[in-house]
Amino acid sequence: MSSKLVHAVYDDDDTLLHAVKDVKKADYHIEEVFTPFPVHGLDHAMGLAGTRIAIMAFMYGVLGFIVAITMINYIMIADWPQNIGGKPSFSFLENLPAFVPVIFEMTVFFAAHLMVITFYLRSRLWPFKKAENPMPETTDDKFLMQVAISGDEKKLVSLLKNSGAIDVSIHENQDA
Amino acid sequence: MYTFTQRLKITAYVLMGLGLIGLTIGFLSTPDTVAEAQAMVADAHGGHGDSHAADAHGAADSDTHAGEHADASHDSSHDAHADASHGDDHGDAHGEHLLHQLQNKPWAALYVAAFFFFMIALGTLAFYAIQRAAQAGWPILLYRVMEGITAYLVPGSIIIYVFLVLTGLHANHLFVWMDADTVAHDEIIQGKVGYLNVPFFMLRAAIYLIGWNLYRYFSRRFSLAQDSAATGDIRNYKKNFRMSAAFLVFFFVTESMMSWDWIMSLDPHWFSTLFGWYVLASMLVTAVTVIALVTIYLKSKGYLPKVNHNHLHDLAKFMFGLSVFWTYLWFSQFMLIWYSNIPEEVTYFLTRIDDYNLPFFGMVVLNFVFPLLILMSSDYKRSNWIIVMAGIMIVIGHYIDIFNMVMPATVGDQWFIGWPELGGFLFFAGLFIYVVFRAISKAPLEASGDPYVGESEKFVY
Repeated sequence: MSSKLVHAVYDDDDTLLHAVKDVKKADYHIEEVFTPFPVHGLDHAMGLAGTRIAIMAFMYGVLGFIVAITMINYIMIADWPQNIGGKPSFSFLENLPAFVPVIFEMTVFFAAHLMVITFYLRSRLWPFKKAENPMPETTDDKFLMQVAISGDEKKLVSLLKNSGAIDVSIHENQDA
Repeated sequence: MYTFTQRLKITAYVLMGLGLIGLTIGFLSTPDTVAEAQAMVADAHGGHGDSHAADAHGAADSDTHAGEHADASHDSSHDAHADASHGDDHGDAHGEHLLHQLQNKPWAALYVAAFFFFMIALGTLAFYAIQRAAQAGWPILLYRVMEGITAYLVPGSIIIYVFLVLTGLHANHLFVWMDADTVAHDEIIQGKVGYLNVPFFMLRAAIYLIGWNLYRYFSRRFSLAQDSAATGDIRNYKKNFRMSAAFLVFFFVTESMMSWDWIMSLDPHWFSTLFGWYVLASMLVTAVTVIALVTIYLKSKGYLPKVNHNHLHDLAKFMFGLSVFWTYLWFSQFMLIWYSNIPEEVTYFLTRIDDYNLPFFGMVVLNFVFPLLILMSSDYKRSNWIIVMAGIMIVIGHYIDIFNMVMPATVGDQWFIGWPELGGFLFFAGLFIYVVFRAISKAPLEASGDPYVGESEKFVY
């Protein structure tokens, strides 16, 4: 990891996307891009590996499905069978239609919540965490691209300026 | 331009020929008398080692059935027959009921297949109109494929209408409410006569079919006219946009009424307020599946070079989403009726679970479990052969879905996937292939005049 980073600030997502493609084409390493909203196609342009959260979502869903079946079977059949509308109360399968909404909701609940928690953990986000964001404006209307300096510094700066950046500055890399 | 190959033409002719043979065998093997019908059923049972004699079978069954299906529409007709012509002799009335069921069988098989392929064309038309009204960018390259599939609407409409006219003229007994004798003994149907009578039924059917065909005719014409228009002249495109929006309003009302008329009224005592949606879901998912299958076929022959996996991915997403939507409606209808357990409603599912157990639950596996698991992954939605495998299952599953809607009310427990069912399916499949690919070969495969065609070419998921 290089010791210096170039911060290029943009005020338009399309310009940013084109700039990212140009910088990638010139073989520079993009450390990170900060945007106020998800920019469509940015992950492809940056060459990020595809997310694996979908696989986890499926597994969480399966977990919720199993938990729901176990739970409802214990509550409604094993522990305290009740006569509701004259339905057979001692059989899970014969009562299945009544349980399907519960099973469905639990599946979605588990998949959604555990997926969000996984996402927070993977992104190293937790309550009271200090923001890593180098420039507060990127949560408002600016876009920031961090590029590691390798080789000719001036060439990189001019490339970024030509790509439509409204401001280009050089910073020490805090993590290095 | 696509050319309709000789090989595909021959395939279509062969399918139609085989289908006609199957249908003919089906129609020729119906019994003419009560005795023949009872003999046929007794033979079938004897073959399975059942010791019922023909007479004992008739008498025993009529007792159990009277209890089980007390509210089923056909039992009311059967009671009516008993009262009208045979006094209290239940055994004979059952025999006559059986005769009617067996005589209905080839007609019902023909109706299921005719409706199934008609509904593919109609669903495609609705899907196409939605894309037009939404001014969607991605599907422009697929418009000609969709227009080709909707070409089947014209022959499909004519066949359905002729079939309904024949039914209205009592060529068959699919709709019990058309039988004056039954209505005379049935107070529930008497209350519905203002809506369920043959002239009004035929008038409604004519209005639906003419309305849908008019939209299909003009949208295709404007679509082709847009291709030859000067650059920047998008008048035809705008006309199509406005007409599609208006058509969708007309379609969603008439589609719902069509499903009450043509399918729900087969069980005239029973009703479900979401039935129109349910049929619509079946229609749309089959239509999108067929669009995907035809597109993949054309691509495999080297056509549609600009259509890529991004477009197929979107179609597969629709296949997945609409399959789940279908299941949601299927289950919503089922659970409420199962829970409330009101006799006149629950009889619908009783006949299906008792007599149609395998097709009724099998189709849920085909239409829900397989598409859910197979098409869930993003990568799988981009793989042609997986879309084809899932698509074939969805098409078969929704044929069984229509089968389950029509058969219990018309042939009762005498159903069987035999000559007329397979024949009907093959015949209409052949006709569908012939009409669709002929229409696709009539126009350039790329709607090059559409103002959004560039967006469709660049489309990236």
